[in-house]
Amino acid sequence: MTPPNDTEASPTVSITINGAAVEANPGELLIDAAERHGVYIPRFCYHPRMNPVGMCRMCLVDVDTGRGPGLQPSCMISVSEGMTVDTESERTQRAQEGILELLLVNHPLDCPVCDKGGECPLQDQTVAYGPGESRFVEEKRHYEKPIPISDLVYLDRERCILCDRCTRFASEVAGDPLIHFIDRGNETQVNTFPDEPFSSYFSGNTVQICPVGALTAEPYRFKARPWDLAENESTAVVDSTGARVVLQSSRDELVRVLGVDSDAVNWSWLSDKERFTYEANRSEDRLTDPLVRSESGEFATARWSDAAAFAAEAFAVEPDRIGVIGGARLPVEGQFMWSSLLTGLGVNDVDPQIGDGLDLDLVRSLPRATIADAAAPGGVVVLLCGDLKEELPTLYLRLRHAAVEDGAALIELSARATGLARYAKAKLHPLPGSIDDVAGALAAGTLNEAVGGVDPADLAKVAELLGSGRPVTVVVGRTNLAEDAGLITRAAAALHELVPTAKFLPALRRGNINGAIETGLARGRSTTEILRDAAAGEIETLVLLGADPLADHPDRALVSSAFDMVENLVAVDTFKTASSARADVILPAATFGEVDGSFVNLERRISPLRAKVTAPGQGRADWMIAAELAVALDQDIDVASLDDVRAQLSAAVPAFADVDWNNMDRGGDGPLLGSSGATGPSLAEIAAATSVAVPAVDGYGLRLVVDRKLWDLGTMVQQSPSLAHLAADATLSLAPADFDALGVDQGSTVTLSGPGGETAELNVSASRDLPRGVAHIPFRASGFDVGTFLSASTAVVDVRVNAG
Amino acid sequence: MSRLNANNELLAKEVIARYPIKKSALIPLLHLVQEQNGYVTSEGMTHLAELLDITSAEVLGTCSFYEMFKLEPVGRYVINVCGTMSCQLLGADELIHHAEERLGIKVGATTDDGLFTLEKAECQAACTEAPCLQVNYRHEYRVTHGDFDALVDRLVADSKKNGSAVIPPHGTLSETRQHIPAGRAVGAVAPDEVDGAPVWLPVDEPEETA
Repeated sequence: MTPPNDTEASPTVSITINGAAVEANPGELLIDAAERHGVYIPRFCYHPRMNPVGMCRMCLVDVDTGRGPGLQPSCMISVSEGMTVDTESERTQRAQEGILELLLVNHPLDCPVCDKGGECPLQDQTVAYGPGESRFVEEKRHYEKPIPISDLVYLDRERCILCDRCTRFASEVAGDPLIHFIDRGNETQVNTFPDEPFSSYFSGNTVQICPVGALTAEPYRFKARPWDLAENESTAVVDSTGARVVLQSSRDELVRVLGVDSDAVNWSWLSDKERFTYEANRSEDRLTDPLVRSESGEFATARWSDAAAFAAEAFAVEPDRIGVIGGARLPVEGQFMWSSLLTGLGVNDVDPQIGDGLDLDLVRSLPRATIADAAAPGGVVVLLCGDLKEELPTLYLRLRHAAVEDGAALIELSARATGLARYAKAKLHPLPGSIDDVAGALAAGTLNEAVGGVDPADLAKVAELLGSGRPVTVVVGRTNLAEDAGLITRAAAALHELVPTAKFLPALRRGNINGAIETGLARGRSTTEILRDAAAGEIETLVLLGADPLADHPDRALVSSAFDMVENLVAVDTFKTASSARADVILPAATFGEVDGSFVNLERRISPLRAKVTAPGQGRADWMIAAELAVALDQDIDVASLDDVRAQLSAAVPAFADVDWNNMDRGGDGPLLGSSGATGPSLAEIAAATSVAVPAVDGYGLRLVVDRKLWDLGTMVQQSPSLAHLAADATLSLAPADFDALGVDQGSTVTLSGPGGETAELNVSASRDLPRGVAHIPFRASGFDVGTFLSASTAVVDVRVNAG
Repeated sequence: MSRLNANNELLAKEVIARYPIKKSALIPLLHLVQEQNGYVTSEGMTHLAELLDITSAEVLGTCSFYEMFKLEPVGRYVINVCGTMSCQLLGADELIHHAEERLGIKVGATTDDGLFTLEKAECQAACTEAPCLQVNYRHEYRVTHGDFDALVDRLVADSKKNGSAVIPPHGTLSETRQHIPAGRAVGAVAPDEVDGAPVWLPVDEPEETA
């Protein structure tokens, strides 16, 4: 909680806690002030990242503000000058005993079989502050033992003490109030609406903040006891936000991931993807041994040295006939070693994006914002990106908080209304292909004519917000995978021209993509260009660094023909994916939770990745794989340890020169990287060099909008047993107004025809999130691969929809 | 038909427009659902959630807090017999027992013909008239067993008359509907857009300073 601004001259408030005079901040809650000064007041409902409600009364303490001492809930009272507090008085102790006795009236004493036992605030505080015995001899309240309130969370209502933490989280923080107090009095319970589960992307947080064992997460239930767990702090790698986490393991197996309160990044919250994809580490499909394709075409396991030698042969071609795709999965150290290896070989074409990202010159030249800049109170945030709730959910939480609590004005400039639309002050949803025209109109100030289907009144509203002098942050990413990325480049440049002080936060989704950019593992031809050249026979060796372009690149046909044409396909991966299954050799990598390393998030903040468990089989750290290949290729790379790699990285790349590798997260948040010192083309030059030919809208077609869902057919989701079935269905959505014009019915099956004559049968539903004239299909969704309709060579994709 | 019908949906939209924050219309609209169906249906709650742009769980949370919103079908007449102290001292327990015998149901149940639901209620603020009960929240005072039988007979007879029933079916809000003509409506002003005093208070002219 941000304390309210206080206009008093005195910067601090003097109070007395247990006889000691202390200085508190004006407006600070007493419970926080006491904790800062080493006096812990017991509590259940109070959570520093949510509004206090005073539900549980456990934090009652003796407070005297000049009218005599009396009990006050310390989470609901702000400090005031001269306040005298006694947290250990007779009266306080009697209150604490009474509250605990009351809470335990209906709480079952099933601690020995409860997952929370051993780390339970109610258990701990009962021991520390409780009366010792209960006078309650009657029958306790009974409910059906745990009921699933979602696919991932179970609720045991008997254990619930009605602290309001989960329900407050759902409504205040996540904005998905799908759980609520139901009924009244003794019957009060937390529950969902019948048959409407708590299907929030953030449901796992409620388990983490539950002060009793009422909420348990399906993946962790009965897996371990708290005293068996060993833990290590690390960083989530499923997206580029870089949420801070703690990894907990038992018997050398990851069993739980919890969010760590990082003030700069995730405020202790995690999306369920960050929280539960650890399951994939132990998937049976993990690659455990190097695989080499034998003469018969089958994979055979090989020794590392043999596999490395086999892979090395693939590099014995002209360097410009080698293309490397991927690298965003790798820790910074692995990325740097690969970058060094490729430099040594003279290979100059490597792209960590899979055709679904942005122009990297653009990303490098944009003035970079931090998450705190974007979420600053009173700022203006332009969302020139996809749906952050789906793509970067922890960033979504921060921006939602900024809009709801801190008066930030969100402006949506995207293909459709996203998860943040309901909090946005202004929304522009131009037709695909015209997003740069809309940004251009804003920059040029031509606000009185419609452009790209956008109402001039909305344009004027946005122009007013951008010109209001409030600090502007632009979150820039791909709003539509069926649209040329050049349009976003031009739109971002136009916004920069309009507001030269604006800062940018690149919403590139893929894990450690920013580490790849910083370590030089992003240069030369783009993935799409590499694939095009491969399809044309100009690339002989294609290296996949944890990339699965066959599933991830928007242009399915292009990837397929590139794979057919290349001589050698080398993959470094953790799983046999659609792409790596076609490789000639697969080198198994150790991954998240199994290796030490570091991670650079979308702010350029570096934070540590730490090992907690051993990798299955012979999986190796990526830097070791690069070093192994270097040896096989007679490269002069002299590293024997991670420290060696880091020393070389600090020496070679200015941005990493000042990184204190062993203390990256000392004091909480990792530091921002230093200046890269690189000078690239200016933003205006990049925009000028980007031309996109968008065809005119034909009267019969719809323009395709394709974007990602959090739950998709991605490897990490599919390899996590608890998550795999959550993958979204590939439904075609249209604006309600388009149904009549097309003559199709809601819920019916329609035929979708693509520009190349391809067709597909899909269920169609109405969505108010869409502007007229577009058809929306999620990428990598279950049931239909929209990648077959996409082409990297057209600026937009026009499709037709016919009934039946 | 347990969502709001077309007429009631129109009415709901008019009610929503009276409030600066849509969600504020929730309780009046729950009454509307209950009036239409005799109880608050699940589909009706989902419909309100759509109209008010909140979740069904929030609708249920509010609805289930209030005793007088029924989440299960109830009879045409809900009979609440007061069981609090004054009434109890003057024979409420016996009255309830008699009512159970007369209607052939236990407290909390509904008769097979769908006419009566019997409930035991908390104090109905008529302690001087104990024992008392309510039929669809309309008081009956100093109820003897004979009175109760007569009441039931009357209600059964009433229920067969068309349209002229003395006590309307459970859920009915009122015979006449409030309608605020657009010209007289104050309109929905959001709390943070309020400037000046409420319209119903006389505005003090600022004093002239010499």
